[in-house]
Amino acid sequence: MTLNLLNLLSLTIWVPIIAGIVVLFAGKNDNLARFISILGAIAGFILSLIVYLQFDANFSGVQFEENYPWIQSLNIYYHLGVDGISMPFLLLNNFITVTVIIAGLKVIKSKVALYNSMFLLMTGFMSAVFCALDAMVFYVFFEAMLIPMYLIIGIWGSSNRVYAALKFFLYTLLGSLLMLVVLIYLYYVSSDTFEIFAFYKTPLTMLAQVLIFIAFFFAFAVKVPMWPVHTWLPDAHPEAPTGGSMVLAAITLKIGGYGILRFMLPIVPDAARALSGVMITLSLIAIVYIGFVSIVQKDMKRLVAYSSISHMGFVTLGSFLFVGQYLNTWALQGAIVQMISHGFVSAAMFMCIGVMYDRVHSRNIADYGGVATKMPIFAAFFMLFSMANSGLPGTSGFVGEFMVIMGSVQTKFIYAFFAATILIIGAAYTLWMYKRVVFGEVNNKHVASMSDVNFAEFIVLFLLAFAVIAMGVYPEMFVAKMQTGVKDLVMEVANTKLLIK
Amino acid sequence: MTIDNKFLYLAIILSPLVSSIIVGFFGWLIGKKVSHSLAILGVLISTIGSYIVLYRVQFEGLYFNGILYNWLTVGSQSFSVGLLVDKLSSVMLAVVTSVSLMVHIYTIGYMAEEEGYQRFFSYISLFTFMMLMLVLSNNFVQLFFGWEGVGLVSYLLIGFYIKRESAIFANLKAFLINRIGDFGFLLGIGLILAYTGSLDYGVVFSHMSNFTHAIMPGTSWNLITVICLLLFMGAMGKSAQFPLHVWLPDSMEGPTPISALIHAATMVTAGIFMVARLSPIYNMSHTALAVIIYAGGINCLFLGVLGIVQNDIKRVVAYSTLSQLGYMAVALGCGAYSVAIFHLMTHAFFKGLLFLAAGSVIIAMHHEQDMRKMGGLGKYMPITYITMLIGSLALAGIPPFAGFFSKDMILESAELVHKLGLPGGGFAVFTVYTSVIVTAIYSFRLIFMTFHGEERFRHVDNHHGQDDHGHHAVEPEESPWVVTLPLILMAIPSALVGWFAASDFVSNKILSGSVANAGWFVTNMQEEIVPLKMVLEGFTHIPVYLALAGILIAWLFHKNPKWSDKLIKAIKPLYVILMRNYYMDDLYINLFAPIGRAFGRFLWTLGDMFLIDGLIVNGSAKIVDWYSKILRKLQSGYVNTYATFMILGIIILLTFCTRLIFA
Repeated sequence: MTLNLLNLLSLTIWVPIIAGIVVLFAGKNDNLARFISILGAIAGFILSLIVYLQFDANFSGVQFEENYPWIQSLNIYYHLGVDGISMPFLLLNNFITVTVIIAGLKVIKSKVALYNSMFLLMTGFMSAVFCALDAMVFYVFFEAMLIPMYLIIGIWGSSNRVYAALKFFLYTLLGSLLMLVVLIYLYYVSSDTFEIFAFYKTPLTMLAQVLIFIAFFFAFAVKVPMWPVHTWLPDAHPEAPTGGSMVLAAITLKIGGYGILRFMLPIVPDAARALSGVMITLSLIAIVYIGFVSIVQKDMKRLVAYSSISHMGFVTLGSFLFVGQYLNTWALQGAIVQMISHGFVSAAMFMCIGVMYDRVHSRNIADYGGVATKMPIFAAFFMLFSMANSGLPGTSGFVGEFMVIMGSVQTKFIYAFFAATILIIGAAYTLWMYKRVVFGEVNNKHVASMSDVNFAEFIVLFLLAFAVIAMGVYPEMFVAKMQTGVKDLVMEVANTKLLIK
Repeated sequence: MTIDNKFLYLAIILSPLVSSIIVGFFGWLIGKKVSHSLAILGVLISTIGSYIVLYRVQFEGLYFNGILYNWLTVGSQSFSVGLLVDKLSSVMLAVVTSVSLMVHIYTIGYMAEEEGYQRFFSYISLFTFMMLMLVLSNNFVQLFFGWEGVGLVSYLLIGFYIKRESAIFANLKAFLINRIGDFGFLLGIGLILAYTGSLDYGVVFSHMSNFTHAIMPGTSWNLITVICLLLFMGAMGKSAQFPLHVWLPDSMEGPTPISALIHAATMVTAGIFMVARLSPIYNMSHTALAVIIYAGGINCLFLGVLGIVQNDIKRVVAYSTLSQLGYMAVALGCGAYSVAIFHLMTHAFFKGLLFLAAGSVIIAMHHEQDMRKMGGLGKYMPITYITMLIGSLALAGIPPFAGFFSKDMILESAELVHKLGLPGGGFAVFTVYTSVIVTAIYSFRLIFMTFHGEERFRHVDNHHGQDDHGHHAVEPEESPWVVTLPLILMAIPSALVGWFAASDFVSNKILSGSVANAGWFVTNMQEEIVPLKMVLEGFTHIPVYLALAGILIAWLFHKNPKWSDKLIKAIKPLYVILMRNYYMDDLYINLFAPIGRAFGRFLWTLGDMFLIDGLIVNGSAKIVDWYSKILRKLQSGYVNTYATFMILGIIILLTFCTRLIFA
């Protein structure tokens, strides 16, 4: 634990942010900006990797804790720390940023410094969200991270970017404002503190719990996104640039899932138990309904966006399965695994679409056909990621779905029945798209002029492929570090904290 | 000794994987020759290892059940990648690696001039690895991994000709239909885990007996029956049982070597293997066994009949595979698991042989697959002819060829079940006996149409115009040795393996400890099998004469070509139904798929676009818009308007306040 003297979490958060600011000022020189960004992103990743390696899997509670007074009059502390639930996200976040920065090296030609700096800032903000143990720190960064994403869509987006960016912003704002109200309420009832873990100990009446649950639902369900507050995502993705889509799908959505685990379940466990049926139903609707919607999409990015919603349905399903008063360990752990895996797979899917978009400037499935003939290496990568998206065992995509389905059977067979339809539907939309885009005769002269992946693209795809396979073949590597955190959460949620007046 | 063996197992599993990876990634660099040598070396190591393991298991009592590494831990349960080397897996190992090795060698000849030569070798080596993982698994997760893994490679290989529309349609269809099966399979695994708390075969088998009378919560269904049927759904997909069989005929779009390896000898029998592996569970549910009998019986007879009307040489063999898988399923349903595995083994050899021989014919015919354009090839390609004849005799169940023994045992098992009055017995007897004659008809129709009679390939293709010095101007000739050697090597077991193995399979000596035949089978099948006696007795029983009658019918129709036209005319409506695969393809392609798409479109337009976005999201924005428009009108800037509203407001306020105060 000597390394903790270095304030490892702060470094992980602030190194990319500072790099981002430096890049912003290095402005004019594009290559210098690129160089610093890459350095910043890799430094962030290495720091998060150290956190992962140093993380003690058997330690119950938070690690790498840092606690400094921030606004003392309001009892707000700059309080950081990670446990088994948040640590994997820190690693995922910094990993994805490296790939995004590399992916943007050649593609982004205008406002290079601004583009890279936005991603670095966002990484830092999101790391802070995952590390925050003070609700206000969480909230500040939770909001702050919207700004770079808003700009990324608004500046580098496609034709309809303003509508998409605004929709994204308003949708998420709705939830965040309600969350702020709740946090202030909790501040008062838990004797003037914003400590998240203090909130866990605060008894609440059922009415208060349900209201808080609803407010949190709007804050986090929009992010996930859950049906029926999901429609911003299929609009945002097609408008966002490749990097934006990758981060959006890989990490921003996960903040919703993380919020459910960090706030909703432990703060209002009785309401969560009472309303779990509703949440499960919404999740199953997301899985099946959105799955069918994905099948008929004509725009590749829209298709993958819908597929993200369907896959995130497994996260919310896994988070709300109870066996008696206990959360279902299988499903809960599966939900986290699914989030990490979906981070890799969705980022990879958007990367693949981006690679094709850069060459043909179309997202329409119908504008492609026969890509494999022109880009065999790319086709192989895309095949792997499509299979991962279809949940093939041996890839990361299988592990989370498998765990959640196994967990659902324990709670109720019918849940598993609907959840498992993703085996058929997921394969149908992913592989049907793959067939129309990659297989077949070369469809038109645009496809005929496509060239195979360049070095930067290869590196990105390779890194993602490595992650997808590593997690599929040896998930224990990730899961072992979560065990204790998940166990703690299950115990926390198992207790009733109902205040009876 | 144990370390030595563990190294051996790893070598068996990993050598095809390693060669697949090297050939797959660096094939372009190392060239064709090094690629195929590496791939063959990998499988050769596996094959030799497998035979050593087979020997040690069968004669030295070797048994291994252990883990390689811990895959996943959830709470107190951990799942490992492990190996189970017992009698069943050792037999399967030998079958899989032998056929795979033959196919690897054969591929050198068959794919010589094809694009993507290295890719093909990489795929079939990868397939071998996946199949070995499936066979050697000691738990359900790894079984599912191998199960889906072979499905993936099958998908890649059916669509090997990525530019051909029919191929990339067939592979998508195969994958999706298989996924329907896997849907059930995964749910079955889920139930097993939920009730027994483990996915390890050994633990599951020992816990399962606690649930003999358990029912599914909320229903009146027997838990074990539900589990068995869900798992069998997976088998129906993989082993192409009706109604999930529709992908198999289309899978013939893939190159012929993989039709032999994947879609005849190994992958499609994975479902049969799985049920045999789980025999302790299936023995607990008579209902499930009866369902398997019905599924198998339908395959056996009704899909076998379709083989008679096919003209594509590969499709005949494909429908015959469906029919033979039906035989295996009937054997499983009769509780004669070891007999099913016996037929699986003989079938792997003779059906693999038939496909490879068909491929040899296809090479000679320059990739023409229509039998109506063949004929009289026997004298040009004698090795192919004789080996294919051996394969067909084995398939038709003529003694003393391998298929005779295994099929005869299935017939006996069916009769036994019928005699004992178990459910499905009558249907089993009817279908398996009738399909003996059907099998003989289509097998020998193929032989006669391809190798005998008029040389029809001489007067076709002339309408191709510019292709005057075209393909068929050259005399057909025997294929190169890399093709004929595997044919000969496969013909030997096709002819002989039954003779040597029948007794051990029926008494279950060869699989004891890993496959538990149903009680009724064990008690009623105690007499020792003497191959010679069985062959001689065979001629006193009906089945052989049924088969010979089938051959005779095929010959008569061959000699009188007009008969078939007349027959087709006479049964026109039935013929159409048969040609269209009982409309099963239409059911999926023209009914289920469009309904799925229409449903998706409906949800998208009505749910997402109209209700959520149209009414709620943009609707609320519009309400804000209207509201602000109204408010804007109030902000007129005229003092008198403001004054009017101010006075109105004061009056309303006062009214309420006074009411509140004085009430």
